Amino acid sequence: MSVCTLTIDGHAVAMAAGANVLQAAREAGIRIPTLCDLEGLSPVAACRLCLVEIAGSDKLQPACMTAVAEGLEVHTATPRLRDYRRTVVEMLFTEGNHVCAVCVANGHCELQDRAVEVGMDHSRLPYRHPQRSVDLSHHCFGLDHNRCILCTRCVRVCDEVEGAHVWDVGWRGEHCRIIAGLDQPWGAVDACTDCGKCVMVCPTGALFHKGDTAEEKHDDSSRLVDLVRARQARQGSP
Amino acid sequence: MSPLADAVQRVRCCSSAGCLASGAGPLRQALETAVARRELQERLVITGVGCLGPCSQGPLVAVDPEGILFGGVSAGDADGLIAALAHRSQAALASEREAPLSWTPAAGERLDTSGPFFSRQRRVVLEHCGLIDPERIEAAMECGAYGQLRRVVQTLTPTEVVETIRRSGLRGRGGAGYPTGLKWATVAKMPQGQKVVVCNADEGDPGAFTDRSVLEGDPHRVLEGMVIAAYAVGADHGFIYIRAEYELAIVNLRRAIEQASRQQLLGQQLFGSSFSFTVQLRVGAGAYVCGEETALIHSIEGGRGTPRPRPPYPAEAGVGGAPTLINNVETFANVVPILREGADWFAAIGTAGSKGTKVFSLTGNVRRGGLVEVPMGTSLATIVAEMGEGTPDGSGIKAVQTGGPSGGCVPAAHLDTPVDYESLQALGTIMGSGGMVVIDHATDMVALAAFFMAFCREESCGKCVPCRAGTVQLHALLQKHLAGEASAADLAQLEALCHMVKDTSLCGLGQSAPKPVLSTLRFFRGEYEARLRPGTAPSPLTTAGAAP
Repeated sequence: MSVCTLTIDGHAVAMAAGANVLQAAREAGIRIPTLCDLEGLSPVAACRLCLVEIAGSDKLQPACMTAVAEGLEVHTATPRLRDYRRTVVEMLFTEGNHVCAVCVANGHCELQDRAVEVGMDHSRLPYRHPQRSVDLSHHCFGLDHNRCILCTRCVRVCDEVEGAHVWDVGWRGEHCRIIAGLDQPWGAVDACTDCGKCVMVCPTGALFHKGDTAEEKHDDSSRLVDLVRARQARQGSP
Repeated sequence: MSPLADAVQRVRCCSSAGCLASGAGPLRQALETAVARRELQERLVITGVGCLGPCSQGPLVAVDPEGILFGGVSAGDADGLIAALAHRSQAALASEREAPLSWTPAAGERLDTSGPFFSRQRRVVLEHCGLIDPERIEAAMECGAYGQLRRVVQTLTPTEVVETIRRSGLRGRGGAGYPTGLKWATVAKMPQGQKVVVCNADEGDPGAFTDRSVLEGDPHRVLEGMVIAAYAVGADHGFIYIRAEYELAIVNLRRAIEQASRQQLLGQQLFGSSFSFTVQLRVGAGAYVCGEETALIHSIEGGRGTPRPRPPYPAEAGVGGAPTLINNVETFANVVPILREGADWFAAIGTAGSKGTKVFSLTGNVRRGGLVEVPMGTSLATIVAEMGEGTPDGSGIKAVQTGGPSGGCVPAAHLDTPVDYESLQALGTIMGSGGMVVIDHATDMVALAAFFMAFCREESCGKCVPCRAGTVQLHALLQKHLAGEASAADLAQLEALCHMVKDTSLCGLGQSAPKPVLSTLRFFRGEYEARLRPGTAPSPLTTAGAAP
């Protein structure tokens, strides 16, 4: 296996070919904010938080889907990138209805953490206050569309890890929402195995255990990483 | 003896979607009835053809052998026209003199085909559009269709075909202008195995109807170009991805594919060689984003039409993971003339960086609108002022919008700009698929920008945050301007947000959605400032990104 040497924010990093810039940055201890990315799931480059500048290119590239290459010069935190990241987080807050004080994930929410990380003390964009619904038809779990940021982790984990493909994205643009089955109530979808992996990987309080109340949902997404690694180890892949 | 004496007079009746919308269907029926009633079938043929050009004057009818063009013809005119033609035919038989046709439609006119609208054109892609009956493969073959395919398969190697296209300098006609020869060479050089050719016929820009007209008027031209491309890159099957709204183009294409398959111009072991190619039609479900190649591929595969980051480019991993060549309709339509006339012939047309011709759909506030094909390098003024004859009210042209929601506005002061990829890009717009919308002085540029933003907001697939939420915020800001409630800070935020959405969106739709705003801000900033709330004078407040 060949190895590439690249620099990230001036730090030289050696990385196995085939890895991506986000992995390289993590290995070098350089933090790039992410939301849709989760180890163990295929990358989609949808949240745009991990965009980085690459010397010699005008185009910003998502670190999660940019392969490392010899001599690559990556900048992860230029003033422009910092401003864009804050704007992305503001867009996520303003397009949904995020009321931290009453949210099950308060204090354990990745969206909240990102807001702190990018220095969003208020939103410069106006709140949209969309009309969204809550699906409580499943006997164990609930889905509050108001808190959904459409990262599609639930869609991917259900398809790629559990193999049930209960979730998908319906509609388009600002009307997008996560749908169960053929846009049925979650509880009516036979394919659901009640495994709870979607709840486990949800970065916000959109998917939650029924019975959890404010601040009671904990971030379990690392359990997925353990599960995926254990499976890979058993199958003998790296 | 008059040439009319032997010639069968032919009436070509425009049957493209534009003329059909203004009554060409009943007109054609009335013409056929009138011919049948007078039992003139031997001397007079009524043919449905593709677009005849000046759509704004439709329904259009052309009379052969001279090619006299009438505009604004209605079904009520049919009997008079047939009577005049019958009379002319008899006069030509009786005497040896030329028998001029003095008939004019009641509410229409006889169009001067020596005027600039026609004389400034150079028809390469459209050479047979409007002349042949697109419903009959025999009509296309009489004009040489599939002759180049036969020659290519029987006498040229795939490498020679790619080399000819590369030397011609042809660039993609879908918008971005990527060198076609290079794209073909990339796919051809991918390892042997299954490869796919895709024709992108998902033309969706408001104001663009060039691809539709080509497909309606000469579908075999596009098919032949596709099969030649497949031979060049080593593909054995392909897809034409067409938007569902193009009903007539779909019907014509489907018929063309059937006819070509029956004649063994599509299928297994073409012309006795080992080369096989089959093509399937895929009808889109009405999403603008599916014109973006990665979204188009997902849609062909049966998935949700959402884009993904590139690389890998489709040339590496496209439909079903196979190396895929994707070209636009007009690009494929250029292949046959390049092979027939040679790469040097093609490269001699146009400018240094942009070879050949470009088809434009001229529309908006223009006196003579329709389908035109001009050499690259023709100035915008020639197209809109001379060929299009300016605005209907004579108030003058304010700007020309090209490239639809992904493009921008060229102000009147820059109308001497030659139409080529680089010049348009320098002005902040793009060639696009050929929509050219003329804007008069009555048009509010802020409202125009808001219209395009509403379009992008509606068409965003919702996958990435900046496009999904950014277009909503941008549209709201533009509406605030329109309502006269915006402050100077709002204007600064509008501009900053445009750059953010442009730089951070995942695909071409989001990346170019702010272009109409940025373009109008660049050339018509005064219109935005004039709408600011009184008391909020424009100030040099910069980015919305300033730390709070």
